[in-house]
Amino acid sequence: MAAIEMNHIVKRYGDGYPAVNDVSLDIADGEFMILVGPSGCGKSTLLRMIVGLEDITSGDMVIGGTRVNDKAPRERNLSMVFQNYALYPHLTVYENIAFPLRLAKVPDAEVRAKVEQSASILELHEHLQRKPANLSGGQRQRVAMGRAIVRDADAFLFDEPLSNLDAKLRGQMRAEIARLQRRLGITTVYVTHDQTEAMTLGDRVCVLRKGVVQQVASPRELYEQPANLFVAGFIGSPPMNFLPASAANGKLDTPFGPITLDESRAARVGDRDLVLVGVRPEMFEDASLVDEALLDRGARFSAQVDVTEWLGDSQYAYLPYESSPEAAAKLKELARELDGDQLRTQAIVSIDSASRIREGSEAEFWFDTRRIHVFDPQSGENLTRDEAAGAELTRQAGEDRRAQVERARARATVSA
Amino acid sequence: MSTREKVGWGVGGLLIVAYCLFPIAWIVSLSFKSSSDISNGSFLPTVATNENYAQILTGDAAELFLPALRNSFGICLIATAIACLLAMFAAYAIARLDFPGKKLILSTALAVAIFPVISIVTPLFNLWREIGLYDTWLGLILPYLSLTLPISIWTLSAFFREIPWEMEQAAQVDGATPWQAFRKVIVPLAAPGVFTTAIIAFFLAWNDFVYGISLTSTSASRPVPAALGLFTGASQFESPTGPIAAAAVLVTIPVVVLVLIFQRRIVAGLTNGAVKG
Ligand SMILES: Nc1ncnc2c1ncn2[C@@H]1O[C@H](COP(=O)(O)OP(=O)(O)OP(=O)(O)O)[C@@H](O)[C@H]1O
Ligand SMILES: [Mg+2]
Repeated sequence: MAAIEMNHIVKRYGDGYPAVNDVSLDIADGEFMILVGPSGCGKSTLLRMIVGLEDITSGDMVIGGTRVNDKAPRERNLSMVFQNYALYPHLTVYENIAFPLRLAKVPDAEVRAKVEQSASILELHEHLQRKPANLSGGQRQRVAMGRAIVRDADAFLFDEPLSNLDAKLRGQMRAEIARLQRRLGITTVYVTHDQTEAMTLGDRVCVLRKGVVQQVASPRELYEQPANLFVAGFIGSPPMNFLPASAANGKLDTPFGPITLDESRAARVGDRDLVLVGVRPEMFEDASLVDEALLDRGARFSAQVDVTEWLGDSQYAYLPYESSPEAAAKLKELARELDGDQLRTQAIVSIDSASRIREGSEAEFWFDTRRIHVFDPQSGENLTRDEAAGAELTRQAGEDRRAQVERARARATVSA
Repeated sequence: MSTREKVGWGVGGLLIVAYCLFPIAWIVSLSFKSSSDISNGSFLPTVATNENYAQILTGDAAELFLPALRNSFGICLIATAIACLLAMFAAYAIARLDFPGKKLILSTALAVAIFPVISIVTPLFNLWREIGLYDTWLGLILPYLSLTLPISIWTLSAFFREIPWEMEQAAQVDGATPWQAFRKVIVPLAAPGVFTTAIIAFFLAWNDFVYGISLTSTSASRPVPAALGLFTGASQFESPTGPIAAAAVLVTIPVVVLVLIFQRRIVAGLTNGAVKG
């Protein structure tokens, strides 16, 4: 087990393009770190530099206190689960799992014991003598994990291990990976571009964009106190709404009416011609269903409802609005960067599933203005970020996590 | 498909097979005809006899044919083995590594493959006589490599490219040296490709006539195709059609056997299940 430290890691491919640009990241011993970002942002490249499959152009990679830049993959004692599993098709499941042990010339009896143990953790017993070609996607995935956990590696690295599975299996395997990691307590770096995986699995999440780290924080901090427009737009589904507005005297003039900011936030925002106001869909509500006491903590407005989507447990409404060409261009650029496709300027709002608001009608909405964020459209910076509150969230997540690991270990020792 | 279509396809297929196999059937039939029966004007021999086989295996032609058979097997097997081994390393490098001159190697291989044999055989004849390789096994193995290596490199590098890179990288992460990764993962996966290549290479060498006839003079190294050309009839006025047909049949048998043995291995598909779900 080991901590992984990256100092100013840069990776330039042959064509000079910096796929990873000055990344510094400390991953604590036993921590579950997620690397997330849109396609092509350098997640896989970073992971492959950790494991040693890709040369590091500059910077230091330190694993367990030693610099490993010049070490071959086999000398780093890490194990990796590849996106396509990379099982050896000519070997049985048993031999696939045993492969790292065979290379290390472990005696047969010990190999058997260890493979059996991994197989029982992953419930692979009845498949041990089969070939990978005859297994289902989920089973193959488990074999790949078996091969990773069978030896005492210093860290696990996963490159989108669930992306080839269907949605249901993905849910199961996600839980499996979380359970396994808590139980083994091994440092883990996990690449994904799936929101849910990032939010549920990670102790901390590192958001990358074009090879540059945007923010490293607990999922909750990312969600509540995003550092910039990119993180705010990337984390959350459906995504945060960005309403163009102008700011003057502590008031924001948005397409959905004016918003009054509290004093400290007003001071930080100042007077600006164009800001983007970030409001998460769930901060909205059907005004007629909001508690009296809450009403004056937010802003009310009425808007035309374009479409509603009723999902049983929740309901989304789409509210189109007018925006200046400048703001629309900015929003479009942002949407493109986030791999999204914003066809029109509209807000997605989540309302109670019992709400009677229907498509095509004009309706009254309310939203909680205490939790909104205001972004500078040029730099993307979050003007209203409360760092202390964010740090507190991450600290709490860390504590919860330590408690979880202890409980998991206690359970493991009891059952062992 | 309607029954009509099925029948149509079946008949068409049969016609093509019959067309392809007809010359072979003819040779087989010829090999069972006695010398007086050769021009009997019918497809089947009047009386089937094994005198041609007896002649090449135990009779007059045996001293020409049997050593030639031994030479052919030995020379072709050695040439094939060397070609496969060399081609394996070359193709691996071509498929996996980035180095200057990669294109050059491939195009040189292609150039060698299309270079007409007949144009180098005379200089080779002179050179071999100078340095003492004339009429030796090595003297044939070397030119056979020029036949077998290029095609082996091309087919094997295509096979290696098919094997996902991740296989090897996974092995390296699991603790293998590059050599171990090659031996324990790539070679078993490439086995069907290697077999296919070996068979193609073997046939190329086995079928050679020009080198065989030009670079040998005695049974010390003369291969079968060359030996067939030297068969003589019982008398000056009789052509040795029967014995040649018999020898041709015998020479074809190993080829057929090889294909039958390795048929299943040639059908690749071993990499199925390596990746994804
Ligand atoms: N071998 C290579 N040569 C040149 N450029 C490369 C190479 N591999 C990756 N890149 C570039 O590096 C950047 C990062 O690639 P990387 O594979 O790390 O992305 P990723 O974040 O894993 O994306 P995805 O989510 O699609 O897997 C991309 O812009 C890609 O074009
Ligand atoms: Mg990737």
